[in-house]
Amino acid sequence: MSGTKRETGFTFTIDGVEVKATAGMTIMEAADEAGVYIPRLCDHEGLRHQGSCRVCTVKAGGRSVAACTQPAAPGQSVENETPHLTKMRRDLVEMLFHEGNHLCPICEASGNCELQAMAYRLDMTEATRFPYLEPCRSLDASHPDIALDTNRCISCGRCIRASQDVDGKGVFGYVGRGIHRRVAVNGENLADTDAEATDHAISREVCPVGCIIRKRVGFAVPIGEREFDHGLIGHEIEEKRK
Amino acid sequence: MAEPRLIEISPVTRVEGHGKVTIHLDADNNVDEARLHIVEFRGFERFIRGRLMWEVPVIVQRLCGICPVSHHLAAAKAMDMIAGVDTLTPTAEKMRRLMHYGQVMQSHVLHFFHLAAPDLLFGFGAPAEKRNIFEVIKENPELGKRAILMRKYGQEIIEATAGKKIHGTGAIPGGINRNLPIERRDHFLSNIDEMIDWSRDAVKLARDYTLEHEDLVAEFGSFPSNYMSLVRESDGALDLYHGNLRALSSTGDMIFDQVPYTQYHEKIVEDVRSWSYMKFPFITELGPDAGWYRVGPLARMNTASFIDTPLAAEAHKELKAVTGGSPNNSTLANHWARMIEVLHCVEKIRELLNDPDLQGTDLVETGDRREEGIGVIEAPRGNLIHHYKVDEHDQVTYCNLIVSTTHNNEGMNRAVKDVAVKHLSGKEQITEGMLNHVEVAIRAYDPCLSCATHALGQMPLQVELFDAHGGMIDSRTQCV
Repeated sequence: MSGTKRETGFTFTIDGVEVKATAGMTIMEAADEAGVYIPRLCDHEGLRHQGSCRVCTVKAGGRSVAACTQPAAPGQSVENETPHLTKMRRDLVEMLFHEGNHLCPICEASGNCELQAMAYRLDMTEATRFPYLEPCRSLDASHPDIALDTNRCISCGRCIRASQDVDGKGVFGYVGRGIHRRVAVNGENLADTDAEATDHAISREVCPVGCIIRKRVGFAVPIGEREFDHGLIGHEIEEKRK
Repeated sequence: MAEPRLIEISPVTRVEGHGKVTIHLDADNNVDEARLHIVEFRGFERFIRGRLMWEVPVIVQRLCGICPVSHHLAAAKAMDMIAGVDTLTPTAEKMRRLMHYGQVMQSHVLHFFHLAAPDLLFGFGAPAEKRNIFEVIKENPELGKRAILMRKYGQEIIEATAGKKIHGTGAIPGGINRNLPIERRDHFLSNIDEMIDWSRDAVKLARDYTLEHEDLVAEFGSFPSNYMSLVRESDGALDLYHGNLRALSSTGDMIFDQVPYTQYHEKIVEDVRSWSYMKFPFITELGPDAGWYRVGPLARMNTASFIDTPLAAEAHKELKAVTGGSPNNSTLANHWARMIEVLHCVEKIRELLNDPDLQGTDLVETGDRREEGIGVIEAPRGNLIHHYKVDEHDQVTYCNLIVSTTHNNEGMNRAVKDVAVKHLSGKEQITEGMLNHVEVAIRAYDPCLSCATHALGQMPLQVELFDAHGGMIDSRTQCV
């Protein structure tokens, strides 16, 4: 949430559905309250908006904007689930698979992974069309209670914001530029930081993939009871409209 | 005088994995050398290094799509040891056992009905187009139906215990991640009597074949060997999930007994040969020439003092009576042994389904960390050893896997040579049916070459014929 004081309410539409909002609300915040799901990866409840993954791109007033950062406007007509936007989102997700080493069959985040769930939601039923970059990244298991497998990182930055804004620590940060930009830890390795397993940044809900791992709890939740075993990502928002 | 030849059978069909057979004939068309070559390489032992210990049971089961549960459980047992857990909760141990019995049942049924039955029903030299499961179903629809439904039952047991029919996640270091809900238990109990009846019929089918083809079974790929398996710690009974190591000679003399499997490396050594990606293990004290041994269903029938489920126990006694209680050295008797194990597994499944511990909620134990773990299990194809070392950061630093098909490497090669000598030697023309005899001998071991080379793919068999100077004269390839 931006923290901006809310004023008089107004309405706008998303794919023809009338949505209520107040001044200062983003398109995504208004959509969530109205039970309209807009796909997202870098945005997370309780963290400041970043608008970097672009999976939440919608068309507003004929322009492509990030729904998580773009303020809602009275009378605005927003396009969300159009074939064009869905394809664009699927392309983005495919590129995330192409950039990293996402081996869902052996990943402990499988079933709880937002990237995997987003791929299912966007009907990405085959391997990415883009050639895998197969980066060679080492696993940092130096910390006694936490491991970091950056082969699975999608650079969403949620851990960076959680560590800085919620934990008040700054364990994580970005290094590099362009395609080389990566999440890194503030030290030689994770053991060299003040990260703790109880940090919000380390919690399963903050890392959308299997990059940040709390040690020795992998696969403890059986298949069938994992977060996305019983519904598509976003279903809990969409259920508000039912 | 004919020119020397080399025959290549590639791929070997109706087995899991990818291999080929080469048969060298001399100038008189007599078999000079015959070998089973494993031409795949997978490298699990290497790339598991660096991964986190609780990922291991989920990663290494990808060695195989037929018996992933065996790798999953063997690795989980090794991780129990590393997690410092020597005794699981009753619910965890029984859920794992249920998973394993479902696995052995479905794998044995797959092999006997889908892979081996065409040879047994239609003859080893039957036309190639006849030798498949579809012809079996056409010829005997009831048998075909049972083959499919029995396998389905075993697969559903796996799904209920591991979360998926193939490549689940049930076993975790120190225990299991689920119990068996009452409604699932009742579903399985509603069909268990039918599964018992069908398993008894399958034992009878395999037994009748073995006894009615006494001469063939006695000579086809048969030779004396040592045998090794786990047996139950207390009394030497057949135990597919846990126990100690026992090895017998071909005449039934004990080579070693009740050896904790954590000492396997003191008892067996792996030899390497330049022409195969698969190693050749042997019993250390006997050396490579005399120390090779066989594992699997027939080996287990030979090593086990008895079976602790009543119907399988009777069947076991009948099989043992054929050789007067001595080890049975007939390769083809593996099919009979395999069906006895199906019956045993179904009896065990019934026993477990009636045990309220399966609905317990105490699923995981913890203990003091160790650096090394060894897990051994009797997989469908035989003894399976997983050995790992893990550092203080929970990362794997060492992995050694000895799978059933590797244990049987020397035995399969001898069977190939035995059958080649008996059925190909002195023949001017080698027919496809003759070559299938070689495959039948390999198939009796139900080899999984994917597991054995730690490989992905179908199982093509190739036979090559070389002259005395090493030049290839003829080659026949069978595709799946």
